[in-house]
Amino acid sequence: MEKKSTAVVTVLGNDYRGIIAKVSAVLAGQDANILDISQTVLSGMFNMIMIVDVSLCDFRELETALKTLGGELGMQIVIQRSEIFDAMHRI
Amino acid sequence: MITNSEILQTVRMISEEKLDIRTITMGISLFSCATPDKKQLYTNVYDRITTQAENLVATGEQLEHEFGIPIVNKRISVTPASLIAAPCGDPIVVARAMDAAAKATGVNFIGGYSALVQKGMTASDRALIASLPEALSTTERVCSSVNVASTRAGIDMDAVRLCGQAIKDIAEATRDTDASGCMKLVVFANAVEDNPFMAGAFHGPGEGDCCINVGISGPGVVSSALKNEAKGQPFDVVAETIKRTAFKITRVGQLIAREASSRLGVPFGIVDLSLAPTPAMGDSVAHILEEMGLERCGCHGTTAALALLNDAVKKGGVMASSHVGGLSGAFIPVSEDIGMINAAACGALSLEKLEAMTCVCSVGLDMIAVPGDTPASTIAAIIADEAAIGMVNSKTTAVRIIPAPGKGIGDEVEFGGLFGRAPIMRVSPYSAESFIARGGRIPAPLQSLKN
Repeated sequence: MEKKSTAVVTVLGNDYRGIIAKVSAVLAGQDANILDISQTVLSGMFNMIMIVDVSLCDFRELETALKTLGGELGMQIVIQRSEIFDAMHRI
Repeated sequence: MITNSEILQTVRMISEEKLDIRTITMGISLFSCATPDKKQLYTNVYDRITTQAENLVATGEQLEHEFGIPIVNKRISVTPASLIAAPCGDPIVVARAMDAAAKATGVNFIGGYSALVQKGMTASDRALIASLPEALSTTERVCSSVNVASTRAGIDMDAVRLCGQAIKDIAEATRDTDASGCMKLVVFANAVEDNPFMAGAFHGPGEGDCCINVGISGPGVVSSALKNEAKGQPFDVVAETIKRTAFKITRVGQLIAREASSRLGVPFGIVDLSLAPTPAMGDSVAHILEEMGLERCGCHGTTAALALLNDAVKKGGVMASSHVGGLSGAFIPVSEDIGMINAAACGALSLEKLEAMTCVCSVGLDMIAVPGDTPASTIAAIIADEAAIGMVNSKTTAVRIIPAPGKGIGDEVEFGGLFGRAPIMRVSPYSAESFIARGGRIPAPLQSLKN
């Protein structure tokens, strides 16, 4: 498997105004570049998946910043390197 | 391109179904440390382990954060101590160095205070077995194992007898903590050299200088998959569902093993495809068996269900990793599995049924509490029975048994954390004293005329 410098951010929780803006601000502040976003709200549950380029980031700092934001918003925000999804779902 | 539902499935497996990497275990050869001088031996062992494993815990934590998957344990296994201590003659020195090195590197357990005595015992092997009560009661993180039998060598009944006595003595030496020392000793038949799981991990004499072995887990993921995809379906669908799930879990194990090995600059050894339960809700192997339609784990049908599970896990996992090894299969430790605890407490699961289950699971009688007044000869006889199953069936079997001092039927032993709690189980009141007193060796079985 080739080495990637992309990661997947998943955001799950109750819908609020401005979630995307807040998450994007944290990503921009940590030099992460958003490559793809998909977002849905189903019966009040907000659900967003972002693919981000993390080649310029300090991964631990970015992770901590997102976790802190998740705590503030009361949402589950997870960032994981893309390889784990490729490993699990592609042969 | 990975789809959104695949991404959400992975996130759900980790956050809700308790998918984790159970352990990254660094195997370290201690052959270069052997020396007749006690002080020098201590220094050699301590320095070798702390230098080699300096970055193990930090690297494990880094991987956890980057891949968003818990790596529950970071551990070390070393060359069996009886080999390293042979020139010096005092194995306890190695135990002390191992314990200090484990604390310095930050790992929670270090395995390999071990002896391989399936054919016979050296003076060093005898010294190690005799030192077990002291070693396991005065160190904190050292784990021990003794291999008393193999399919090719038969069963060393002298070693079996000594181990039965050692277990009683360890229980006495750690009486204040419900015989907790016994949790750190596994008596094996056909022990494997690359097992990453404690307490039975050691770095076999046939291994290289150093390697990374990874043990996966995920009973909760398998049980949810059966619930969602195979409800009421025939066993063909059950087996396929387990295989698909085991494949996904193992791929994550392989990824972590490869990353850990490259970041630590140490060769990748194996991925151990085991379903290792914890006492947490939703992390139970017994619940997988119950999901297949058994009212309680331990009722008739349990052995068949476990056989299917164990085989399907291996079939699914084996293609997902370049090197599979260790114990690979389903673990059935009583105290570490909430479904097993409940089944034993309500009387559905007996020691006899567990013994039958060990014929088809990956290891053996694991984390079983028995009355404190169980004689050493009965414990030795339990070991002999289990070793016979392993020897005849060419599989690994093991006994990790806790004769809890002062406790009897109806009582419970509380170990805490991942070790859980165990109801005291009934053992046969009839004696095997004269059987065990014979000593000698039970010859290796025929490999043909298999019926």
